[in-house]
Amino acid sequence: MMNPNTGCLDAKTLLNKIRALDFVAIESVLYLDAYKDADALAYHQKAVAERDELVDKYEENFGPLTSSGVNCENGWTWVETPWPWELEAN
Amino acid sequence: MWIYEKKLEYPVKIKTPNPATAKFIISQIGGPDGEAGAATRYLQQRYAMPDRRVAGMLTDIGTEELAHLEMVSAIIFQLTRNLSEDEILRSGFDTYFVDHTTGVYPQAASGVPFSTSTLQVTGDVFADLHEDLAAEQKARLTYDNILRLVDDPDVRDPIKFLREREIVHYQRFGDAVRMTQECFSDKKNFYAYNPAFDR
Repeated sequence: MMNPNTGCLDAKTLLNKIRALDFVAIESVLYLDAYKDADALAYHQKAVAERDELVDKYEENFGPLTSSGVNCENGWTWVETPWPWELEAN
Repeated sequence: MWIYEKKLEYPVKIKTPNPATAKFIISQIGGPDGEAGAATRYLQQRYAMPDRRVAGMLTDIGTEELAHLEMVSAIIFQLTRNLSEDEILRSGFDTYFVDHTTGVYPQAASGVPFSTSTLQVTGDVFADLHEDLAAEQKARLTYDNILRLVDDPDVRDPIKFLREREIVHYQRFGDAVRMTQECFSDKKNFYAYNPAFDR
């Protein structure tokens, strides 16, 4: 499903972009737990900022990623979109 | 506390169900080196860690293991959908099906239920961290064995991702051992006492 508000990104493409940035964050978090490294810190900060922006875009257009991301104007949408283990969510 | 995110860490999209494959992959949920054990081990060991950085690693890796538990469960869920009674009988999935239907029960491939007897929380930093290094290797080799037995690229792809994560976690636990050793005044005899208890 194309959506003009997301720069024509469909839900799955946008979710995969978020996944990729989350993966960067997961990796940099584990590395930063062990090493004081300014470059790694900047890399982490940039990925998280980009991620937050895309999450807002996703939740606005396709539904919540966390329960606090539910836009209550349309009711309790948390349970209306597919769960992550369902084929259509991936 | 934790907050749930409504997505898998890495996508799982299996077009063709295969209950025979599900029967052995389930070991990475509740088997001796599975993800339920990994998450429980790290999240319970972290309280005794005197080094905050190492407690952080156990928290963050333990949290990622919960996401892996969800990924392997999604693999089992998708491999066992829309099964006919005949497929269940022919695939050997019948012995699981009779107890659990197509629910995702934490057990080993052998049918032994998940048990914390497969892991330890010793309250001793070095004993626990060395167990963690071994645990990552054992999980990695289990994924290697799964890859030897599976041809379907839809299944191999997420399994390969999970295998790679074991390697990264092993590397990070190596850092944790080194960092903890460097913290002690008696660096040569770091194994002779427990810094979490002997002050």
